[in-house]
Amino acid sequence: MNNVILRTITAVVVPIIALFSIQLFFAGHYYPGGGFIGGLMAAGAIVLLLIVFDIRTVRKMIPINYQWLIGTGLLFAVGTSAGSLLFNVPFLTHAYRYVHLPLLGKTSLHTAVLFDTGVYLVVVGITLVIIETIGESD
Amino acid sequence: MVLTISLVILSLAMLGFLYRVIKGPSVADRVMALDAMGITLAGMVAVVSVLLKTSAFLDVILLIGILAFVGTVAFAKFLERGVVIERERNR
Repeated sequence: MNNVILRTITAVVVPIIALFSIQLFFAGHYYPGGGFIGGLMAAGAIVLLLIVFDIRTVRKMIPINYQWLIGTGLLFAVGTSAGSLLFNVPFLTHAYRYVHLPLLGKTSLHTAVLFDTGVYLVVVGITLVIIETIGESD
Repeated sequence: MVLTISLVILSLAMLGFLYRVIKGPSVADRVMALDAMGITLAGMVAVVSVLLKTSAFLDVILLIGILAFVGTVAFAKFLERGVVIERERNR
């Protein structure tokens, strides 16, 4: 049987979920959001792809080994945390500065974004590894 | 006042859906009731957001909508195919 309606809806909805995930990621620190929930939403978009298509097709679409995502994310998080030791301040100290960006105006650039990037990658990787492992053993 | 009454009515609707989830004779009834519970939850968050005069909860509505959609699609696929995630599509 041919579920063309579901596939068409998925092609429309997955970019929206991915955009919402990025919006949640950058909204963190001042508004509800952050790396964890953004990563969960990105994983939700890929889970929708996994449900509608199959594992082999999605692996061809997104040729990333999700286990590497976990390692890369942990490297980001630990590197940002340990980088503060170079400036002779305690572990996990973050720095920020107000910068005038050309399009966005006055923006606060924060090193917590790098830490959150690590959290994002770890959450996406772990969620997809767990779901693929459960889904494969049917 | 109106908002409180509407919250109470939405809670009563939620109780009805909960009854249908527990009692529902077939699996399709339970899936429909769960989907409707998600939508009612989004409505309740919207009413609370109006009640508290804040726009901080509007992300939550979108989040609940997306999660309810993905959950309903997963349940529907499970009912139709017997598996949620296929290794390889075979028709």
